[in-house]
Amino acid sequence: MIPFLAKRIGLLIPTFLGVTVVAFLFIRLLPGDPVLLLAGERGLSPERYAELMAQFGFDRPLWQQYLEYLTGVLHGDLGNSIVTKQPVLSEFAALFPATLELSITAMIFAVVLGLPAGVIAAVRRGSVFDHTVMSTALVGYSMPIFWWGLLLIIVFSGWLGWTPVSGRISLLYYFPTPTGFMLIDSLLSGQKGAFGSAVSHLILPAIVLGTIPLAVIARQTRSAMLEVLGEDYVRTARAKGLAPGRVVGLHALRNALIPVITTIGLQAGLLLAGAILTETIFSWPGVGKWLVDSIFRRDYQVVQGGLLLIAGIVMIVNLAVDVAYGLVNPRIRHRR
Amino acid sequence: MLLRTLASALALTTCLAFTAAEAKTLVYCSEASPEGFNPSFFTGGQTFDASAKPIYNRLVEFERGTTNVVPGLAESWEVSDDGLEYVFKLRQGVKFHASDKFTPSRDFNADDVLFSFNRQLKKDEPWYKVSAPTYEYFDGMSMPDLIKNIEKVDDYTVKFTLTRPEAPMIANLAMDFASIMSAEYADQMMKAGTPEVIDNEPVGTGPFRFVAYQKDAVIRYEAFADYFGGKQAIDQLVFAITPDASVRLQKLKAGECHVMAYPNPADIGGLMNDDTLQVMQQEGLNVGYLAYNTMVAPFDNPKVRKALNMAINKEAIIESVFQGTGSPAKNPIPPTMWSYNEAVTDDPYDPESAKKMLEEAGAAGLKMKVWAMPVARPYNPNARRMAELIQEDFKKIGVEVEIVSFEWGEYLKRSSEKERDGAVLLGWTGDNGDPDNFLAVLLGCDAVGGANRAQWCDKEFNDLIQKAKSLPTQAERTALYEQAQLRFKDQAPWATIAHSLVTIPMSKKVSGYKMDPLGSHRFDGVDIAE
Repeated sequence: MIPFLAKRIGLLIPTFLGVTVVAFLFIRLLPGDPVLLLAGERGLSPERYAELMAQFGFDRPLWQQYLEYLTGVLHGDLGNSIVTKQPVLSEFAALFPATLELSITAMIFAVVLGLPAGVIAAVRRGSVFDHTVMSTALVGYSMPIFWWGLLLIIVFSGWLGWTPVSGRISLLYYFPTPTGFMLIDSLLSGQKGAFGSAVSHLILPAIVLGTIPLAVIARQTRSAMLEVLGEDYVRTARAKGLAPGRVVGLHALRNALIPVITTIGLQAGLLLAGAILTETIFSWPGVGKWLVDSIFRRDYQVVQGGLLLIAGIVMIVNLAVDVAYGLVNPRIRHRR
Repeated sequence: MLLRTLASALALTTCLAFTAAEAKTLVYCSEASPEGFNPSFFTGGQTFDASAKPIYNRLVEFERGTTNVVPGLAESWEVSDDGLEYVFKLRQGVKFHASDKFTPSRDFNADDVLFSFNRQLKKDEPWYKVSAPTYEYFDGMSMPDLIKNIEKVDDYTVKFTLTRPEAPMIANLAMDFASIMSAEYADQMMKAGTPEVIDNEPVGTGPFRFVAYQKDAVIRYEAFADYFGGKQAIDQLVFAITPDASVRLQKLKAGECHVMAYPNPADIGGLMNDDTLQVMQQEGLNVGYLAYNTMVAPFDNPKVRKALNMAINKEAIIESVFQGTGSPAKNPIPPTMWSYNEAVTDDPYDPESAKKMLEEAGAAGLKMKVWAMPVARPYNPNARRMAELIQEDFKKIGVEVEIVSFEWGEYLKRSSEKERDGAVLLGWTGDNGDPDNFLAVLLGCDAVGGANRAQWCDKEFNDLIQKAKSLPTQAERTALYEQAQLRFKDQAPWATIAHSLVTIPMSKKVSGYKMDPLGSHRFDGVDIAE
């Protein structure tokens, strides 16, 4: 196990370096620069422009800027935003819990609905339910997030008045947020109704963000189940006279879950992309919108730092998944 | 540590839960997060709405709802006959806010004025570089060249000495970058080794005290009980940051906020018919224009420029691009600004005559580029669409247009180059309500190769605006600016296209709100019915 772990961690180093290069170059390859954008219509004299470029260190050769950036990263310093002047790390820390809370809730929503829907659709293949689930999933998968979010707001918040329009909690509540997770902080606050308010604010964004993963999980579960249900051992189990519930639930589902779990893992990474739009619609203060705004402003430090942090988190999660596979499956652990 | 946080959380919440029920709270759905809370670092309107306006005061202020300059932290001022010395008598008994980290021990005085300006002026002082700022406005308004010296005469008298007479100086000092901060707070934070705290946890003398900012979500303020202008009618002011205009609208309708910024033009009709809302509208202090490059043939010929101007159907542009929320422009300054010349007649929309004029000027069959900005601005919500309409209009007089665009930063840079190929769509939003801020900044000879996108240096025009700048009274200046506008129209370096109409919808419960011609959102003097 130890050599396996060592090898896995060893692989992280070049990946990490690669990410720093890509994150650093990506934003600089885009035309324009942050100083021009700071000045706007007002413009800058060439002297002042040169002065500011020098102040931010953008006048030096790229490799030199990269080395400085890398040195900073290795010392845990991602620099300060050019626009807000705040440390990138503290901005990320303030925003990331919101994205995480939304993503986890969206994923729970997708799995809780998608898994049973896929199983039932497979068991009742060709039924009205099957067709309904599959066509709904197709619609869900192709849903433009922005439009979908606005539609839900207009119907549920505007017409019906069931849910709040946007934000994380009613503005009446004001308490410290030590964890950054509004559900937890609202409970800790002890304020009456705060938790309920936080939950009600989370419903629509979680549905919007969870819609695509829900559709993918339902479809994937259905096809995996169909495959397994056709296997000999399922036929054997049925022939033995096992109750249909046990056949499906115990024998078929467990085996069908392996590809489904992989899908869920992949979707988790894609959630972040969806979070960008969802966060914008619901005024959700997360990292998705932060990154997009920073790209538009060419805020080099935020873009390279933010991308690196997100990539780092994904890498660590992947490592954990690899290790977990290795623990469960000796073939992976011992493979050369 | 966790226990302590929890305990303080509980204490805070019990006291807030108690006050929240009683307090009058006004919620404003703002369009974007503030870049920060030190107004001298930034240029974004949303930043000034969240920092300069509620938290700070300036020596002089724009009177609410007008561009008139009235006393602020200075009670009165005198300008020397040569226009070089400005002596300000400061208001006494003005209190600064207190915060978690700072309890003021003294009232506002001359030291605060010196600190606030010297921080932006003196490059060799340590404060200049704290928070690694760029002082865009201070530099943009030429303050470093203009201010020779700022002197404390006594605790309540400050003297500014200028390098040249500058009539708009007083108006400049009412701008957000000239907000006054506490020198005592700055000293304490510098001693504590955390100078940048003053930029993030702002302390001012303004009508509202900063309470908290949750990034990209909420800003909270409370009315400052000791405000020198008297305590505000509302107790709490909350900015709910809501970037999407459709969502802002839904929040307003659902009662989640009371005032909203920048509705979509398409939604305005519906808003007007909503019984629970009131909608305020005012012409914005801006202009959208098409600037020819007057240095490049055939656009160096005024007749060609005039002919092209006559081919543009502005009404169609107002209808299609502004969806009715704009008005056609004939002058380079907006009608809400003093010295606006009503007597100027706009070039008529007359494609037939335009075509003839173009032939006479020997420019028939002209091919040209029109630059379309890649971003939406108040003075031009959809430059691409505007360029397409102009393309159609020019086609009717036999002029072939190619539309080009660049990334915004590049666009700004390349469009200011003297040898630029083509006419540029751009615009301007006023800073201080002074005509000089449009006419000199955008059309003066000094601005060629910079903000003067027409690259237009006309001696007659330039002499008029230079002279106007050195005259002391508004009446004398008005006469010259009116002449300058006639000269501008005659020479046609731009096609003046439109001034946008700014709309602010709000709940009928809100009273006392005044639209700011300078485009900011101010909540002092505003009340809300329970």
